[in-house]
Amino acid sequence: MTVRVQVEDFDVSREIAQLRKGNPRIGAIASFIGVVRDMNEGDRVAEMTLEHYPGMTEKSVEEIITQAHGRWDVMDVLVIHRIGILKPLDQIVLVVVTSTHRGDAFAACEFVMDYLKTRAPFWKKEQTGGGARWVDARAADDAAAQRWQSKA
Amino acid sequence: MVNTITLLYFARLRETFGMASEKIALPAGVATLGEVRALLAARGGTWAHELAAGRAFRAAVNQDIATMDTPVKDGDEVAFFPPVTGG
Repeated sequence: MTVRVQVEDFDVSREIAQLRKGNPRIGAIASFIGVVRDMNEGDRVAEMTLEHYPGMTEKSVEEIITQAHGRWDVMDVLVIHRIGILKPLDQIVLVVVTSTHRGDAFAACEFVMDYLKTRAPFWKKEQTGGGARWVDARAADDAAAQRWQSKA
Repeated sequence: MVNTITLLYFARLRETFGMASEKIALPAGVATLGEVRALLAARGGTWAHELAAGRAFRAAVNQDIATMDTPVKDGDEVAFFPPVTGG
């Protein structure tokens, strides 16, 4: 597994090429890219700042990936999450899962993302016309993560 | 010998408390996360408000998500932060 928390942007094609390099057993690659929207809670967002807990953040994402390996037949998982100042259109997060078949790749990718959103210590602060504000956790994200607890 | 722990605050809590970290001596009888919380809340003001029972904050001991009955001992790193909002 690879977990990177970084200020720099990432190149999805290059990351996927690196992950599957020389591995002909891979039959499916699922990826998710989270990007910055220009609207939240009805307000225009000019930019946001991503903060994390160095050490714990990486560790918690690694634990999530380990869980994914335990639940699905996945070969490798890559997670890149950006920190610092991000603007609308910018990429925030990348999850890539390689597997023999698509079912496991899709499920593991969604699981990693749902758990990351509710468990990995990252926080967003938005800059809007009305000033800066910390983004509140969403009940919908908790519900999305909860789904996986009732599934085998 | 004085037992000390390192406290870390993130995001809104870091701003509200006006600090990112501090080292404190553990008074006798403080041995769990819940007791550390009570110790900080007893400072009053924003501390009492943000760390009140029932407030939506999270905590970690040595970088593992913790509950109020998690033991805290000399040398531990204890973090308080709001619910996470990454991704």
